[in-house]
Amino acid sequence: MSAFEPGHPASIASVTDKVRPVAIGAPVTAVHFLGERAAFVGAEESVSLVDGEGAISKVEVHGGGILCAASDGERIVMGGDDGKLVALNAKGEVALLATDPKRRWIDNVALHADGAVAWSVGKSAFVRGAKGEEKSLEVPSTVGGLAFAPKGLRLAIAHYNGATLWFPNMAATPEFLAWAGSHLAVTFSPDNKFLVTAMHEPAMHGWRLADNRHMRMSGYPGRVRSMSWSVGGRFLATSGADTVIMWPFASKDGPMGKEPAMLAPLQARVSAVACHPKQDILAAGYSDGTILLVRPEDGGELLVRRRGPTAVAALAWNAKGTLLAFADEDGDAGLLAF
Amino acid sequence: MSQSTSQKIPVTVLTGYLGAGKTTLLNRILSENHGKKYAVIVNEFGEIGIDNDLIIGADEEVFEMNNGCVCCTVRGDLVRILDGLMKRKGKFDAIIVETTGLADPAPVAQTFFVDEDVQKNARLDAVVTVADAKWLADRLKDAPEAKNQIAFADVIVLNKTDLVSKPELAEVEARIRGINPYAKLHRTERCRVALSDVLERGAFDLDRILEIEPDFLEAGDDHDHDHDHHHDHHHHDHGHGLKHYHDEDMQSLSLRSDKPLDPTKFMPWLQELVASEGQKILRSKGILAFHDDDDRYVFQGVHMMLEGDHQRKWKADELRQSRLVFIGRELPEQLIRDGFERCIVS
Repeated sequence: MSAFEPGHPASIASVTDKVRPVAIGAPVTAVHFLGERAAFVGAEESVSLVDGEGAISKVEVHGGGILCAASDGERIVMGGDDGKLVALNAKGEVALLATDPKRRWIDNVALHADGAVAWSVGKSAFVRGAKGEEKSLEVPSTVGGLAFAPKGLRLAIAHYNGATLWFPNMAATPEFLAWAGSHLAVTFSPDNKFLVTAMHEPAMHGWRLADNRHMRMSGYPGRVRSMSWSVGGRFLATSGADTVIMWPFASKDGPMGKEPAMLAPLQARVSAVACHPKQDILAAGYSDGTILLVRPEDGGELLVRRRGPTAVAALAWNAKGTLLAFADEDGDAGLLAF
Repeated sequence: MSQSTSQKIPVTVLTGYLGAGKTTLLNRILSENHGKKYAVIVNEFGEIGIDNDLIIGADEEVFEMNNGCVCCTVRGDLVRILDGLMKRKGKFDAIIVETTGLADPAPVAQTFFVDEDVQKNARLDAVVTVADAKWLADRLKDAPEAKNQIAFADVIVLNKTDLVSKPELAEVEARIRGINPYAKLHRTERCRVALSDVLERGAFDLDRILEIEPDFLEAGDDHDHDHDHHHDHHHHDHGHGLKHYHDEDMQSLSLRSDKPLDPTKFMPWLQELVASEGQKILRSKGILAFHDDDDRYVFQGVHMMLEGDHQRKWKADELRQSRLVFIGRELPEQLIRDGFERCIVS
């Protein structure tokens, strides 16, 4: 990674010639790594597993649209509009985890490091522990997002007017964190000190869990659809603006009273972000199809992909940080090895 | 990437009071041999017999927007469902949203004004209200929801006309016209209506705001009337027993001017008007002739939300007349008329 040079896109150093192009041939909404294979999750029906040589093997997972996907590196769990919750492992084996009896949509899914899985159907959130025991909780409105806390079996459920924190294995009443508006995606900081939601309006909201103090993170021109924690959880990188917005979370106050860092401005909106798992580097995809590698320390940029016809829909690093996978909305994808 | 209007999926909102025949109309649309596929969003999932591949149950969650405006509400469930449906683009041609009998159509319509992603992929085609010819007059008295649905409609399917006498039908039509003279009205039995009369209406398409005239005044109407409607529109006596009603709390107001408007006065006035009176104004529409401007300007609004654009050049033989229509509850008529007068270039 010595080619980092600060500069404008016109004069920017490029690694576009090192990208292995991959044609998925259908819209892609997410990408995760299962071992050394990149798994491109389609908008409907299938996942395409792609190895380092670019060989594609397609696996049918749903009989309809794939509405949500989460991965722990061992498997990807997906929910569909066919009312099914399925898991795909690195061998390409598909397992059916749950079926909604009324064939309602499985809207959200989350995975815990210990093997527990959570999903939601309408207002109901379900958790199945590693041993197979199942619990459910109904919240006041449709679930917008789910996330497991990094410690203990604790689930955050985002919904209208706030988020609910639930310990599925404890009898205590779930804790409700109120904030007016519709909360969608939700994430815990890796140090378990903060909870952050991306809202339906172009803003994020955060709570410091020790005292439930509010953190308003607003000013975005568009909805935040992609969030990624930097190595060690020092920053939360987000999409939604024409720069990568990075909120500082290293201090005990998080971003309270602080300005975010704004990196890699382009004449297009950031549509996807993925922080490198080991180093302070991130990949940013834009609405015009551009992909940049960005080093927050000095603002250095490296061009991974030039403009394309559609927005970058998915970005992911493998666990070691040696491979970057990306795809645009049309399924024009690529792999870059370091 | 934004798509042109024609590529966006049209969404028809089907509303109507309990028992008016919404489900009958929906089944008629789905069962007809049109070769099109519809995704249908219904409430009360699984409880009504609808035969369709893509059917999604909705919870009708009305969310307030965080902008301090109490009438800026959207259907949160619709945002989520449309987002999910877009993953199956190409599997259907259009979307039909059936609301509950007690629903206010405004949050559904406003979802299309407010949400960026919804706007990118879908367009609101029309609000179609099914009304029961026998019971509507009663509901207009005791159910504010029913009145809202009539006021909001682009198309009204006046159903069960076989259950009422001719004078009763004339009475209920006059009641409807007292609230909303602009919607296309179709008299039906068992919701037997041509699909082209309820689908692909383009009622919210700025490019298709061609005329804003009361429906029953239009000559050469494209829908079938069982009697002639070509009468002098300057008189309330229509010559064949059609009564004229003014609803006590829901009215329409039309304004026109043959003199051009001053855009530097009109735009702030309109924005101020919907900001202060937006709760009362359900729908607004206008075709405007501005001073020193060869383009027609068109706008439409739902409560406080407005959208407008230059539409096209005025044609050489066209009268450059500005026309505005407001439909709403307890409209402050004199305030609106006076404000409009002040925007006219004298």
